[in-house]
Amino acid sequence: MGNALLQYATVFMLTIFVGVEIIAKVPSILHTPLMSGSNAIHGVILVGSMTILGAATTNAEEILGFLAVILAALNVVGGFVVTDRMLEMFKPKAKTPKAGSTSEVAK
Amino acid sequence: MSRVTLIDLIYLFSATTFVLALKGLGSPKRARLGNMVAAFGMVVAVVATFFRPVDGHAIYHVPLMILGIVIGLVVAVPVARFVKMTAMPQLVAIFNGVGGGAAALVSITEFMHIKASHPATYVALEVLLGVLIGTFSFAGSAISFAKLQELMTGRPVTYPGQQVINGVVGLAALVTIGWVLVSASQTMLWVLLGLSAMLGVLFVLPIGGADVPVLISLLNAFTGVAVAASGFTLGSNLLIVAGTLVGASGLLLTRLMSKAMGRSLPNILFSAFGATVTASGATERADGRSVRSGSPEDIAIMLGFASRVVFIPGYGLAVSQGQHVLRELADLLESKGIEVFYGIHPVAGRMPGHMNVLLAEANVPYEQLVEMDEANTELQTADVALVVGANDTVNPAAVDDKTSPIYGMPIIHADLAENVVFLKRSMRPGFAGIENELLYNPKTTLVFGDAKDTLTKMVAAVKAS
Repeated sequence: MGNALLQYATVFMLTIFVGVEIIAKVPSILHTPLMSGSNAIHGVILVGSMTILGAATTNAEEILGFLAVILAALNVVGGFVVTDRMLEMFKPKAKTPKAGSTSEVAK
Repeated sequence: MSRVTLIDLIYLFSATTFVLALKGLGSPKRARLGNMVAAFGMVVAVVATFFRPVDGHAIYHVPLMILGIVIGLVVAVPVARFVKMTAMPQLVAIFNGVGGGAAALVSITEFMHIKASHPATYVALEVLLGVLIGTFSFAGSAISFAKLQELMTGRPVTYPGQQVINGVVGLAALVTIGWVLVSASQTMLWVLLGLSAMLGVLFVLPIGGADVPVLISLLNAFTGVAVAASGFTLGSNLLIVAGTLVGASGLLLTRLMSKAMGRSLPNILFSAFGATVTASGATERADGRSVRSGSPEDIAIMLGFASRVVFIPGYGLAVSQGQHVLRELADLLESKGIEVFYGIHPVAGRMPGHMNVLLAEANVPYEQLVEMDEANTELQTADVALVVGANDTVNPAAVDDKTSPIYGMPIIHADLAENVVFLKRSMRPGFAGIENELLYNPKTTLVFGDAKDTLTKMVAAVKAS
């Protein structure tokens, strides 16, 4: 078991805590965009797919690598666009500030 | 500084943007910016990868790589951009699935690539986990997609001996993992791929359509873990950080979602919730109580006399695409000095936050959207509760009937208002497949028909009065 593995394990452990910590207080209205946003982030497997395709030396590796790049690209692109489309609609309305009570809406 | 170091620094930058993005997604104001920051970090990482040598040489197959990315762009952008809002959950499912598939392929290919150099056992283990979890997520997401897209029944699929069969397949997968660890057999790796896909399918089949959003969140977390496993195999900190972030936050998110439904995660995953339809679907019951129905015009009059109205939207509103008309009705009522709120149940619709997204599309100011607890306070003094295409989220059985499958789920107490109006397509029960007592409540009036049509008629009637 090399030092590299230990280093990766360290990063892994610490990231678990970061992952839990940063979303612990998300309001429920943002659950879906958050799910969709993190879906886009694991699309980073595109970088891994490119790496294996870039190293491919046999036909089998080329085919699988190419397939992986396509799937991962779908994940990344689709993930970010869908999330953006959801969040586009969460714009606060300019005329009524959040702090304003319901009374000013009723006109 | 060598080129590899520089590129690894760029990867560190990208990993940081991912953390910031998830943080940003926690608040409505910064969420969109956060998503863009992550997208930027992703583009930077992908571009940098073209320049990063592998195995001591510049990367091969650059044109093929670009072709693959272009295919992804050409297919995903229009799909993601133009698919109807109601289809959002299945889109998330399918994009998650392909990510899991990619992670599994990366793990397999890397194993083929390094096999000749007899990798250490722990490397093989990382590969196997990547294949198992990635493929599981791919197959599970595909079935979830089929359920949400109504390519297959949304009800739980159950058969005798289900748990036993799942157990056997799971055990077979574990045995295969052990086999590959000992023998480094590539053939068995493909067997594992098949078993993982089967496991994914079998796992998702008994989960009812209403619970699928929670399931997608779980599968999303799984894909994250698969990506992290690939990161271990490839020795990439970027993949480990991004995958683990998604895995950890995804699991927490899954728990938060199931909590919002008032149920435990194991209950959602293994109880085949909603398999049996206990509701009769008749307008008259054995004990002689029947429902009262009214016309859109009757309701318009009722609304005209109200001073405070709470709308309770559900999936039916999304299906009929009536959100714009609903807002028009709200605007009309407000112009008559009537207070209007939208009471939003956290799991109304087919995904948490579904209603918020839907109503935001119709430009409903989010100050008018009140969450469940606040809605229940408002309802105490409300004259009319207008339930638009919702059912299970207002079902009092969740509070009083211990035998009900949804017992314990927090609900919006529509029955607190003076009058309750249901806009329903039919007497068909909600997604959970259980009868709603509130329909038979003397306070309740039902208006049958498509929600959008009914709302349009109500708007016309309110205008005329």
